[in-house]
Parts: sequence; C-alpha cells; structure tokens
Amino acid sequence: MAHLQTLVNGIVLGGLYSCLAVGFSLVWGVLNVINMLHGSLIILGGYITYFAWHSYGIHPLLALPAVALLMYLLGYVTQLLMINRVVSQPVLTTMTLTFGLDLILYNFMTVYYSATPRRITLDLGAIDLGGIAIPVDRLLGMALALGLTGMLYLVMRRSRIGRAIVAVRMDSAAAALMGIKVDRIYAITFGIGALMAGATGVIFAMVYPVTTNLTGTYLGKAFVVCVIGGLGSVPGALVGGIVLGIIESFAGQAFGPQHALTVGFLLMLVLLVVKPTGLVGIKGYE
Amino acid sequence: MARWQQYVLFAVWLILLASTPLWATNYIVRLAITIAMFTALTLSWNFIGGFAGYPSFSTAAFFGLGCYAGALAQRAGMPMVLAWAIATLFVGAFAAALGAIILRLRGHYFAIGSIGVVEVVRLVVSSWGSLTGGGDGLNLPLLSGGPNAVARIFLLVMILIMLTAFLATVLVDRSRLGFGLRCIQQNEDAANMVGVNTTRYKIIAYTLSALFCGTVGAAYASWTGYIDPTESFSILMSIKIPVMCLLGGAGSVLGPVIGTAAFTLLEEVFWANFLDYNRAILGAVIVVLIFFLPGGLLAISYRDIAARMASWSRPRKAAA
Repeated sequence: MAHLQTLVNGIVLGGLYSCLAVGFSLVWGVLNVINMLHGSLIILGGYITYFAWHSYGIHPLLALPAVALLMYLLGYVTQLLMINRVVSQPVLTTMTLTFGLDLILYNFMTVYYSATPRRITLDLGAIDLGGIAIPVDRLLGMALALGLTGMLYLVMRRSRIGRAIVAVRMDSAAAALMGIKVDRIYAITFGIGALMAGATGVIFAMVYPVTTNLTGTYLGKAFVVCVIGGLGSVPGALVGGIVLGIIESFAGQAFGPQHALTVGFLLMLVLLVVKPTGLVGIKGYE
Repeated sequence: MARWQQYVLFAVWLILLASTPLWATNYIVRLAITIAMFTALTLSWNFIGGFAGYPSFSTAAFFGLGCYAGALAQRAGMPMVLAWAIATLFVGAFAAALGAIILRLRGHYFAIGSIGVVEVVRLVVSSWGSLTGGGDGLNLPLLSGGPNAVARIFLLVMILIMLTAFLATVLVDRSRLGFGLRCIQQNEDAANMVGVNTTRYKIIAYTLSALFCGTVGAAYASWTGYIDPTESFSILMSIKIPVMCLLGGAGSVLGPVIGTAAFTLLEEVFWANFLDYNRAILGAVIVVLIFFLPGGLLAISYRDIAARMASWSRPRKAAA
C-alpha cells in the first residue's frame, strides 16, 4: 500500500513535470535553442497569479487564460526582436543569450517581488481512494497540466499553425520554400513555449511556494524531462515527466528527499550517453 | 593583431598585475588576484570552448572539485603546494575519464551534459557530509604573516598559474594539436575524415581545460580558508567564464586575457554602484556582446573605428 501511495504521488508529480517541460522541449526541438529563460518564465507566471489572487481576489483558474495570453505575447516579442537574430548560430551563442535574458528577468523579479516564498492556499483538502490520499489541489494541478498538454498536442496535429511548426522542425529550408514564414513560426513557437511556462507557473502557484530561488530547479527539471522523454515532441515530454515523477517519488522514499534530484540528474547523464534520443521514438515528430 | 603583439601585451599586463603591491591599495591587489585567477580559468576554457568549439559549461565542476581535493589533501596534513598538485592531477584525471564519456555528445546535448555534471558533482559533494562537511563547508588553516603578506603570496601564485595557462595556450596554438582542434571546431566529420584523431584531441583539450581549474580551485581554497558547495560549484561561474572568453575573442591567444580583464573591471564597477542590479547588468553585457560584438573585443578593427570617427568629424567641420 505504501508503494502504491508513492506511485500515485509520483504520477501526480509527473503530470506537473510534463507541463513544466513541454514548452521547453518544443522550443528546443523546433528552434534548436536551449531556453535558459524557461525557469524564470514559470516563476513570472506564478507571481502574476499570486498578486492577482492576493490583491484583487482573482481565482487562479480565472487568471490562467490571461496569464497564458500575456506570456505568449512576451515570448513572441522576445523571439521576434532578439532571439531570431542569432537563431542559426551555434549553441554557445543562443544559450548564452537566453541566459543573459534570464539574468535580467531574474534580477528584476528578485528586486520587485523579493525572494520571499509566497503561496496561494486554496484549502481544498484531500480525497481518499481506498487508503491512498491525494491532495485535491495537486490533483487539480495535474488535471490542468495534462489538459493543457493534450490541447497542445491537438494544436500541433490538427491546426495549420501546428502543422507549419512541425514542418519547420523537420526542415526549415524546405518549409520556407513551401511558403511558411519561418521567422514568424519561430516567434509563435517561442510564444507557445512561454505560454506553457506561464500556465505551469499558475498551476504551480496553487501547489508550491512561488520564489525566484526555484528558477534553477525548474530549469534543471525541464532538462531532465526532455532528455528522458526525447526532444520536441508532446508525447516525449509526457512520458519523460511521468517517468521523472515516479523516479523522484521512489528515490525520495528510498534515499531521502534531498537525493531525489541527484538521482534524476544521474539518470539524465546516463541516458544522454546511452540513448540521447530519449525513451520515445527516434525523431519525435508529431 | 599579430601573435608577437599579443605576447607583448600579455607580458605588459602580467607585469602590471604583479607590481600592484608596490603602487596600489589592498583593494586593487585583491582585484589583481581575482583577475589573475579568472584569467587562468578563462584561458583553460578556451582550450575546449575556443579552439575546439565545444560549448562546455563544466568549469564550475572542475573548479569546485579542485577546491575540495586541495582542501581535503591539506586537511589530511599535506603541505599546501603538494595539496595543490594533487588537486590538479585529480581534476585532470576526472576530466579525462569524464571526457571519454560525454565528449561523444555534440552541440546541445554536450552543453546540457556538461551542466548536468556540475549539478551532480555539487549534489554529491553536499550530501557526502562525512567527507566534505556537507552544506557546512570546510575550514582551512590560514597562512601566517598578516593579510598583506598573504595577499602578496597568493597574487604571485595566481599569476604563476595564469602564466602557465598562457604558455600552454601558446604551445597548443602553435602545435599540431591546436591545428587539429581548430579543424574540429570548423567541421568535426571532415577533420575525422582527413585523419585528425578527433576523440583523442577532444579529450586532451577537455583535460587541459580542467587541469588549471583544479590548481586555481585548490589555491583559492587555501587563500579564502573556507569553502562550501554553493560557492564552489556555482552555475553562474560556469556561464561567466565562457562569457568572458567570448567577450575577448574565443579561440585566440590573448582574447581570454582581455575578456577577463574587461569583464572583471566592469563587474567591479557595477557591484560598487548598482548592488541590486548587478545580475541584470551582467545579463545586459551578455546581450550587447552577442548582438554587437560577435567576434569579441579582439576582433574589432580599431583602425576602422578611428577612420570612421575621423570621417564623422570632418563633414561637421565642413558644415560649420
């Protein structure tokens, strides 16, 4: 029974991780850019939600669409004005640039919000399923996370924009010849990445404390999930997230919670060397 | 800039740094120590990141391991200099073994892997409390003789390490190894095809990039007398070092030296005047660097700038 409880905790955690990583994975896969901003974007989404709730009493679920839209615009503009200028350059350049932008965003968040952890308490209680307790806020978070991830999957498969993004990911030169504006698609993709980060921030604000100290942790989790699941695909992020959630849950149980992250990173290093394409598929096209 | 000009400039800079205790305040001497230390780290990173073009972010792992290896050796009762040598060899061996594994990765995967190494080593060191003191860190005996004498000793030590790293860079730059690494940077598959032993060259470059980090780490630990995991394995350092190198001009001999000097001095000014915003300013420096100085400070043609400024001033005179 204890194992079952750990497993359920892991799956719930994994749902959250999938949502955390899917935007990062999409940006990496399509733009070939490691987006070091991702962790800070999540926290920014969390802060906006917290202040909407704290100052104006807006429920996080109502704030979600607004935060998502705002973050989309922010991502779109960032990509269009800045990252597009260096998008074809080596990793070192693009990664250093996003890290520079991350430092700026991080610094302003620490100055304006301070690093004090803040938290939205919804007091939803927990439900009991035959001896397995699941906190309702986490369950809600997981449902939202999976719902958003599923929506992104549908957008990628069904909509014109989604097909264009996948086409650019496969071969940007050929996509350009077919009349796709690659620059715009890059901006939209980065916007979607930021949107998912913001939405993750909203969900996490209901479950975890919001503090800038966590930006690095979230970014690290996104790395690990991406490498476990494979790059640039929604199913990859889903599998990677849930695998990481379960592993962290059991590792935390076995070695103590402070080692859960170490196990995740070690797994990432091993997988990088053994199977860099991730657990799901070889290419990960939608 | 011709090679000999770069050597001369380096010699002048070295003498300037080494002579600070004679003419400057303690604050400047301390700054000189920091600059020498970071220059050694940046020159090290240049082997793998500049010559071979591999985006390595593992500097902090090597530096931190150097700190801990040196500190533990010293606490085991070894003389200071022997402890530094042991730390150097240990970090070099670690990098060679690690390189054989992660240098099979390329591009983004290598970058992520090298960051992962920093995290794993930091987490292992901070949770192995019985050996490393965990989050409490380790204390080291301070040298006797008062702060001024100690500062002079460590200034000399750091400058010697910097000089060694520079000489190694010059040697690599002029040798077959440097040529091979530049081939790898341009096109690894083609380099492999024409007979460059890419695996061996990459491992050598990666090990070189770690060796001096180990020495610097151990010397830093002896200098400050206290180390802890968050300070020693900081991701910020892993990023700062490549940025300094890019700022000067990666893959050149003098670029890392100029980049470190410019960056450290800038940072010092920002720390002093905008304490709350120093990270944002570092970020802004990075953004400016990427957009406006893609080849680094060394690649700017100062003659062009002088000519352009001259041509700006002329028509104005004519109009007046």
